Amino acid sequence: MPSYVAKPTPPNQDKRWKLVDATIRRQGQQARGLIETLHTVQEAFGYLDTQALRYVAMSLRVPLSRAYGVATFYHFFTLKPAGEHTCVICMGTACYIKGAPQLLDAVQRDLGIVPGETTADKKVSLLTARCLGSCGLAPAVVYDQEVAGKVGTAAIREHLKKWTRA
Amino acid sequence: MDPRMTPEELDQIAETERAAQSQFTQRVNVCVAAGCLSCQSQAVKDALDQEVARRGTKDHCQVKGVGCMGLCSEGPLVSTKVVSTSAGVLYKKVEAADGPAILDSLNGDPVSHLVCPTDVPFFQRQKKIVLENSGVVDPERIEDYVAANGYTALIMVLTEMSPREVVDEVTKSGLRGRGGAGYPTGLKWSTVSKSVGTQKYVICNADEGDPGAFMDRSVLESDPHRVLEGMLIAGYAVGASEAYIYVRAEYPLAIKRLRTAIRQAERVGLLGSNICGTRFSFSIDLRLGAGAFVCGEETALIASVEGKRGMPRPRPPYPAMSGLFGQPTLINNVETYANIAPIIRNGGEWYAKIGTEKSKGTKVFALAGRVENTGLVEVPMGISLREMVFEIGGGIPEGRKFKAVQTGGPSGGCLPADCLDMPVDYESLAKAGSIMGSGGMIVMDESSCMVDVAKYFMDFCMTESCGKCIPCRVGTYQMHRILTAVGNMTATEQDLKVLHELCDLLKHTSLCGLGQSAPNPVVSTLRSFGEEYRAHIEDHKCPAGVCGQQPQGETA
Repeated sequence: MPSYVAKPTPPNQDKRWKLVDATIRRQGQQARGLIETLHTVQEAFGYLDTQALRYVAMSLRVPLSRAYGVATFYHFFTLKPAGEHTCVICMGTACYIKGAPQLLDAVQRDLGIVPGETTADKKVSLLTARCLGSCGLAPAVVYDQEVAGKVGTAAIREHLKKWTRA
Repeated sequence: MDPRMTPEELDQIAETERAAQSQFTQRVNVCVAAGCLSCQSQAVKDALDQEVARRGTKDHCQVKGVGCMGLCSEGPLVSTKVVSTSAGVLYKKVEAADGPAILDSLNGDPVSHLVCPTDVPFFQRQKKIVLENSGVVDPERIEDYVAANGYTALIMVLTEMSPREVVDEVTKSGLRGRGGAGYPTGLKWSTVSKSVGTQKYVICNADEGDPGAFMDRSVLESDPHRVLEGMLIAGYAVGASEAYIYVRAEYPLAIKRLRTAIRQAERVGLLGSNICGTRFSFSIDLRLGAGAFVCGEETALIASVEGKRGMPRPRPPYPAMSGLFGQPTLINNVETYANIAPIIRNGGEWYAKIGTEKSKGTKVFALAGRVENTGLVEVPMGISLREMVFEIGGGIPEGRKFKAVQTGGPSGGCLPADCLDMPVDYESLAKAGSIMGSGGMIVMDESSCMVDVAKYFMDFCMTESCGKCIPCRVGTYQMHRILTAVGNMTATEQDLKVLHELCDLLKHTSLCGLGQSAPNPVVSTLRSFGEEYRAHIEDHKCPAGVCGQQPQGETA
């Protein structure tokens, strides 16, 4: 059934909303496009804030509660901005039995944060992954999109030091 | 130009590509799947490309990026072949600086310090059907796939077979779902084909959530067209015209290669309307997962494709009757679809000859953990666990002792040493208290504490429980609490009794597979390693020395 509700205007002049609008259009402004649209927002802005959720919910004509529900149900979506760098430690089974808990422990102590948090100076975000699928290279760590395999405690500390110093 | 291509035109593409390839008398294949890429194989390929350009041998020496060659722990892997002598060499741990030496070796002796022997069980024991193109074709070029007999099965199906005959052929092959449950694929296809609906859908489950499993990622990265072809044939057989691939957002390379493959197939008219001039139309779209393990469950996956929270619903009705948008839907796993083209090409009977009586064909396993050779292997069903771990896997490193092998991820179990001579097939694994699962196989040695492993998986299930049904939401939490107490040496006999009861409760009352199988790691470790639990509870000791200590950071 055609609907005559006017399409909401983006929250601000930011050009990145054009990408979001493109996805919304491609999904036919339908509720089924919610996850795809949130992916685009997160790719463009790095995270999902209330303003973005509100805009997406209105554009796809779903209740804000549903948009928020989806955004918080899936681990991949984050409602907080990430730091300048991200360090993801894989906690898959192969990595786990090859020493990922020790890596995580070392990083937690060095940075003073737990997974999901960002250091106070906004330099480094620490995350854990369920499994990167790089099990042949366990334990694996992702430094800003770059996968590193067979990582030792010394190596990860060294890498993080470079980030926090700069 | 009319994008709809005829079978003859496809032959033409294959001929042209084969002719172009026969120009090359020297071939160098570099693995550009995720495993080797994270060991800088792209730099190796770039260096080889530059060196070939510098030497001016571009007209007869081909450098090609290919999919996974299997032995991920020794990457980056490079294979070379000289056509005139048909001598092939595999090189391991290649660095960019080794480029010139490798190119020199094409006219002389192999570079001895880089050679990776291929006459070992790791390579010899494998039987490649799903992975036959992995490490051979360029995953980013449809022409290469077509030259390797790609899409011939689709053409055969469209021009010579009725949908009914296709379903019969798959039934005859005895193929069972490779996602883990092992439901007969032919039966599923025939149910969907008989269902009535205005629009039917085909879905490919590429939400490979099991930690320690990377078979599907590797297939998608190494041979995406194979999966598309399988889905096309499935669509024709069940009467569907729209399809979705639900792939994990955590696999960016697989997503990129799938997008490329879909675009290429659309360009030559193998996807779209009136494929090859027939009345069959089919489109495939990607849907990205967003990191929820429960979305591997088919009804949760469907909810997620519809843009909702990935929560399962009671079955029946099964997706075959009422699935995506309430329409009949066929859901199969990546590896299942990857098996289809060879089954059609060679016939169901050929496939049924491989494997055991009830588990036909081959299975791809991701071998990882405390084992010498880690990587991807494809073996006939029915091979023994001992062969997997000690021959193909090369045994346990550092002279340590084998303790257990974990199959099936968080839904599977740990199999102890006395199960080593058991054949690997759906029934035997289930009988031993584990499951086939999607194919993750993690080897553990004496340094792993089984209570800790059980706790690890319970932590996983607890976090991943969607919260819809209470047995799973609360039960996993309670079980995790008890297992933590066991690890902290504070558990009592009574706790152990409750743990047993909870195992039973979750198994029988949870809504979906996640909750029903969540107790499996606990049940199997209680059964095979009960003495470890008792050591924690009675003697307050962890035999492996893992639990109860402050985790120490300075190990490396």
